[in-house]
Amino acid sequence: MAWIVRKIPATPAIPAMTPPRLADRLLTWFCAPHLREEVLGDLHERYALRVKRIGEKNAKWRYWRDMLTYVRPEFVKRKPSEYPQPTNTTMLRNYLKIAFRTLAKHKGYSAINMAGLSVGMAVALLIGLWLWDELSFNKYHEHYDRIAQVKQHVLNNGEVQTWNTAPFPLAEELRRNYGSDFKRVVLAREDGSHILSSGDIKFSERGVYFEPQVTEMLSLKMLKGSRNGLREPGSILLSESVAKAFFGDVDPMNKLIKIDNNLSVKVTGVYEDLPRNSFFHEVSFMAPWDLYYNNTEWVRTMADPWRPNAFQVFVQLADQADFDKVSFKIRDAKLKRVSKELAKKKPALFLHPMSQWHLYSEFKDGVNVGGKIQYVWLFGIIGVFVLLLACINFMNLSTARSEKRAKEVGIRKAVGSVRTQLIYQFLFESLLIVFFSLLLALLWVQLLLPTFNEVADKELRILWTNPIFWSICLGFSALTGLIAGSYPAFYLSSFNPVQILKGTGPSLRFKVGRLASLPRQVLVVVQFTVSVTLIIGTIIVFRQIQFARNRPIGYESNGLISVPMVTADIHKHFDAVKRELLQTGAISEMAESSSPPTEVWNSSSSIDWKGKDPNLSVDFSIVEASHDYGKTIGWTIKEGRDFSRDFLTDSSGIILNEAAVKFMGLNNRNGGLPVGETIRWFDQPFKVIGVVKDLVIQSPYEQVKPTVFHLANYAGAVTILKINPQRSASEALGQIETVFKKFNPSQPFDYQFVDEEFGRKFGNEERIGKLASFFAVLAIFISCLGLFGLASFIAEQRTKEIGVRKVLGASVANLWGLLSVDFIRLVIISCIIATPIAYYSLHEWLQKFTYHTSIPWWIFAASSIGALVITLATVSFQAIKAALMNPVKSLRSE
Amino acid sequence: MRRSDLGEFEEVVLLAVAALSPGAYSVVIAEELERETGNSVSTGAVHAALQRLEQKGYLRSELGEATAERGGRRKRLFTVTALGGRVLSDVRAVRNRLWDRIIPNIRLEWS
Repeated sequence: MAWIVRKIPATPAIPAMTPPRLADRLLTWFCAPHLREEVLGDLHERYALRVKRIGEKNAKWRYWRDMLTYVRPEFVKRKPSEYPQPTNTTMLRNYLKIAFRTLAKHKGYSAINMAGLSVGMAVALLIGLWLWDELSFNKYHEHYDRIAQVKQHVLNNGEVQTWNTAPFPLAEELRRNYGSDFKRVVLAREDGSHILSSGDIKFSERGVYFEPQVTEMLSLKMLKGSRNGLREPGSILLSESVAKAFFGDVDPMNKLIKIDNNLSVKVTGVYEDLPRNSFFHEVSFMAPWDLYYNNTEWVRTMADPWRPNAFQVFVQLADQADFDKVSFKIRDAKLKRVSKELAKKKPALFLHPMSQWHLYSEFKDGVNVGGKIQYVWLFGIIGVFVLLLACINFMNLSTARSEKRAKEVGIRKAVGSVRTQLIYQFLFESLLIVFFSLLLALLWVQLLLPTFNEVADKELRILWTNPIFWSICLGFSALTGLIAGSYPAFYLSSFNPVQILKGTGPSLRFKVGRLASLPRQVLVVVQFTVSVTLIIGTIIVFRQIQFARNRPIGYESNGLISVPMVTADIHKHFDAVKRELLQTGAISEMAESSSPPTEVWNSSSSIDWKGKDPNLSVDFSIVEASHDYGKTIGWTIKEGRDFSRDFLTDSSGIILNEAAVKFMGLNNRNGGLPVGETIRWFDQPFKVIGVVKDLVIQSPYEQVKPTVFHLANYAGAVTILKINPQRSASEALGQIETVFKKFNPSQPFDYQFVDEEFGRKFGNEERIGKLASFFAVLAIFISCLGLFGLASFIAEQRTKEIGVRKVLGASVANLWGLLSVDFIRLVIISCIIATPIAYYSLHEWLQKFTYHTSIPWWIFAASSIGALVITLATVSFQAIKAALMNPVKSLRSE
Repeated sequence: MRRSDLGEFEEVVLLAVAALSPGAYSVVIAEELERETGNSVSTGAVHAALQRLEQKGYLRSELGEATAERGGRRKRLFTVTALGGRVLSDVRAVRNRLWDRIIPNIRLEWS
């Protein structure tokens, strides 16, 4: 039969009569199908009418407008009965029910999934809260992005140091000569804690003397009084908690308070406590700078006020000023004013913005090298990875399981499920797991927060009321659920039921092949790489802390306490106090010093010696000590002798540490240690009477600074006491307190154990170490859960193979090897990848410390072996279970 | 008398249907209203009002014949139901009563 091809003549186009096609298409899209005919008809008819009346162009225009009037619910809403919706509520309930049943049926699988996922989420939440806290540091202050501290780079002992202190005339200098760049310039003096007393109540509090504008600059929230409260020199602002401690519920305004038992001031305001994540958190009172200036003799009568860098200058930039430009402008503001000798240090001022104080606070050779931001990155990355591990588990398990569920899909489809129904059901299941995990995770976080806060030294709370927090949580959970559920939902639901049920689907054959498990293997390798890296990292961090802790510190910190001295009372009665304490047997030695044994508060650049390079700028740590200082802290004299009451000339004698000797390159005539030589300090001759072994006074990670110990006869800033080793500390402390109270009734007895103070120097690193190990353990835990799940599935998948092998005579050991060897291979690959990553990053980290440990090879070996053992333990359980199974059971069905 | 559910526009549309019967459908109603009020009236607004009125039981509709201008599409023709007619006359009665109470000299004052 011949086909007659008839050409259909093209209908002649009547352009004038065709309404805009796009408008029609849009309308067809949004308009409910059952209304389309009449609506389009109406529109076209009216268009035809209008073309005749007002012309084609106008008609087109009106057509569009008319079309848009149909965008209203009456026309958009679909006729309810027209399309049966698979997501109607009845089915939703059904999906939920089935999802619950599937979860309940596979209890082990559900438990593994939820445990892993919830732990991962909890870690991510904890880290998220921590990051939130770190990143919102100082944001409490309204002008936080305009505030800066004036710091200076100073050339010292051949390297550039960065000081956050400045001489006090600098504030006036900035105001006078650079005033247009600053909105506010505030001078501050902070010198440790002060005694506040009101009546019989005394507290030792940290406070700062500020210029009055500080209240505006820091946008203090005043609870009582106004922000003008520092204008009068006789006033004081208290933080809420201190005001409460002193006056309870009584109104503190205009009450009198004494600072350090001598300055009487009036409370002119109470401000809301500054939050933990404010730089000024520990400042619990603010007093006027003028008060300090008027009452501090050494400041008022200073010969060269540009010399001591004992003050701080905070500024708020003018609104349009730029940090970098102003920084550059004020660079030499100090250099222009200082003496020739100090100019050798080339002081260069710069502004350090408040937004960087917390996270970018470290400088090396005059360059900002970050600081805590490293930890923010580190933990951020750890958090992401741990969460990733959890998600990987989830995906791995659901894909592994989905192969088993192919049959279910086949039957469902054969019985009459639509594909969308299957998709909904699978997504529902995974979303359900994720949301349960989220609830569990929130519970974990709530339980763990107290411990976490203690370790991290924070006051974090779950942000229950923060919508951002919730949207992130929910958004993330939904995303995880969708991603993890997408594989079974979209892939499995696409199968042809006939092929699945016959077991001949091309997709199934593909999945059994080698490549099918590749993504899963990659994911396992990623998991273990992260875990092993974390383990290695944790070990090295702890090694570094141990290394620094075990460094010989050059003195005996055990049983040593330091008591800060605010008044001179103890000094005046020093001998009597000592006699009394020795008599009671509470102490074995006692001395005074200008700083506690864990800190140095003074330094001097005016030290000169024979053969010094005249252009060298130097900075020696200075410790002023009383006669028995050495005996009290138990230092070791290398050469020469200790200070002695037998030599009146000792007031012009000094003791150097080895670092100082080395730095000066000073020898005696025979080339030995320079005992008996003379050095000049402020152009006065001082005789070196002894050299002591280096004392680790400042950072335990840095080289010991050149230090000069000098005999001082005036009141020391601290009294150092050595508790009698035969006495218990508590008993001795009680006796010391009684005696101190007797001679120094105006000061509350406040003491520190030197070894504890020394331990505090490791606080930061120790915290990092503890947190890192915490996360490492969890990472390993999550990874193992994943392995456990995977192993059980693989064992299940290969049940028949195992049965056949057993029947043919394979031993349990054989089968165990068969099932375990794959995993072991993956873990070994992970270790090989993790080693260089860990080595590189930790090597970098260690370079931060001058005094640091090495990275021995055995750590890598040990971590790898550890990871292998854990893997084997995890997998073996499943492997052995599978190997021990009775083959009759697994083979009978065939 | 339940009249709170009859909006002003709906009332006008209902009236127009009554006036244009038996050939009342959205296009002619819109055109008619446009002519009468001098404002532009879109078929969308009229159609929506017609749908609401039908839901309330004041109108009844059926599909009518197709024309060429409509691209061969049928139109939906509306007729007023008995209920609709009663509502209309009720409305009119209320209006009339109120009109009648306006004192004639005040009416003179307006003009």
